Amino acid sequence: MKLVTEGLLSERGRRRSRRFGAVLVLTVVLFAWLAPWLAPGDPFGQALLKALGPPDAAAPFGYDHLGRSMIQRLGAALRLSLLIAFFAVAAAAIFGVTLGLLAAARGGRLDRVLVLLSDSLLALPGLLLVLILAAVVPDKALAFAAGLALVLWIEFFRLTRATCRGLLTSPGVQASRLLGFGSIYVFRRHLWPEVAPLLLTTAAFGAATAIMTVASLGFVSVGMQAPTPELGLMMVELMPYWREAPLALLQPVFAIFLVLLGLNLMAGGRTI
Amino acid sequence: MTAAVFRLLQALLVALFVGVTTFVMMRSLPGDMAWRIAAHRYGYDLVDADAVRLVREELALGGPALPALLQWLGDMVRLEFGTSLVSGAPVVDEISHQLGASLQLAAVALLLSLLLGPPLGITAGLRPGGSLDRGLLLLSTGLRALPQFLLGLVLILLVSVELGWLPAAGYGTGAHFVLPALTLALGLAALSARIARDATAAVAASPYYAFARQKGLGDSQVFWRHGLRNVSVPLLTCLGLQFVTLVEGVVVVESVFGWPGIGHGLVHAIFGRDVPMVQGTALVMGLAFVLVNALIDAAVRRLDPRGAAG
Repeated sequence: MKLVTEGLLSERGRRRSRRFGAVLVLTVVLFAWLAPWLAPGDPFGQALLKALGPPDAAAPFGYDHLGRSMIQRLGAALRLSLLIAFFAVAAAAIFGVTLGLLAAARGGRLDRVLVLLSDSLLALPGLLLVLILAAVVPDKALAFAAGLALVLWIEFFRLTRATCRGLLTSPGVQASRLLGFGSIYVFRRHLWPEVAPLLLTTAAFGAATAIMTVASLGFVSVGMQAPTPELGLMMVELMPYWREAPLALLQPVFAIFLVLLGLNLMAGGRTI
Repeated sequence: MTAAVFRLLQALLVALFVGVTTFVMMRSLPGDMAWRIAAHRYGYDLVDADAVRLVREELALGGPALPALLQWLGDMVRLEFGTSLVSGAPVVDEISHQLGASLQLAAVALLLSLLLGPPLGITAGLRPGGSLDRGLLLLSTGLRALPQFLLGLVLILLVSVELGWLPAAGYGTGAHFVLPALTLALGLAALSARIARDATAAVAASPYYAFARQKGLGDSQVFWRHGLRNVSVPLLTCLGLQFVTLVEGVVVVESVFGWPGIGHGLVHAIFGRDVPMVQGTALVMGLAFVLVNALIDAAVRRLDPRGAAG
């Protein structure tokens, strides 16, 4: 589907909002990996006397309902979500781009088969696919990464194929070929510079989808299982204590909002 | 290849995927499947080792995987899902019951989102860069960073827990509809408003629109005669894409609000390892998704016979 994205933001404004998004994501990533150094302790260690307690020196973000340090839980949960998103998107990008290039370059039957495959995979809503896979595969994190990659590669494939098909018949590529340059040169000089910026958008969007899916399934308790720190799971665990410890519940809510906002801004004016 | 054949292929793929994964799920269930089925047939008091052996031989449960898989798929194609392992009721009955509740919720949510999204988007698109346009961009960006379950959570905490205006969960009266439908609708409207805004801005800037103004049509005349139908094509395609959001949303939102629909049923079935129910619900949802996509295809072709709507 073609979208008219001559938005109301100027080119400069759009660049600025993208940069802001990147800064947001970077901040969250830094927090996730620095959390173990910011405070001592681990995400599973309990201090039951301090359950739902306010922040103190040992736990700058306070304690959850089982007396576990919130900063550690939040850090571990973010690391888990970000890693799943990273691996899912990386696998999807590698498969999608490679197959897209192949389809565009070879054409013919291979192209038709790949397009048919990707189109028919779109028949299942992504969440459903990930949900069912997670029910079958014992290792949930692996199931999430694999299921999400299976959903996300289609977008990379379609984008690469559509972009490269046009480029491969362009005068520039023809000239390079006539001058005797090989496929690798054509890829590096002609295809990659056009495809790369599109990939960044798709990757940011895919990562947002991945993080959202993992948290949603955790929230409805068919995702990660307790005591694993996971954003959706933390929210559902802390929800009964909303009155006693609103700040504890707001932390994972705020964290996931920041990540998704950052990734969406990085993805730019993309609507779908 | 015609569109119908392609959709049929999609439906087959959905069925195959659901069939194979639920088969794997069934095989990896702890405990003796034959024992469970035999107990179900003859009653828990009457089952003995001989009955279990007979069941195992009849259904080829202990045997090689391939014949068992074929049998499993065959049963599914004949829509023989069996009975729920949890409630003991036939899966078909349970699903037809749940589907009604889900369709109600989905219809209300879709209607609400159509009342909210496109009118706002079109108004904003007619004055690109205006204050409504800017506000809408900010709002939809914020909404899109809020996953549906989070939106539901925020609504429950604010409207039900703090204000006490509406029930947080349940099913039955009109009041129960408001929060889950609003949760679904806000997510959908955020997208359809953006699409409507972009499409309207493009149409309003087009030469034929300017020409219609030149020949003397008023603001509303030109919009109703030349604008709306052109705006509606991308909107309808967007509606088709939104069905993904709707199906996924139904799974999440129904679980959050305890709505007795098919998404809630699926989540519960997976949680309780109720394989026949997983099979039935996942199959129905997947097939409904394919069906709606086929219907949207047809509608778009009717609205825009140029066939360029992609």
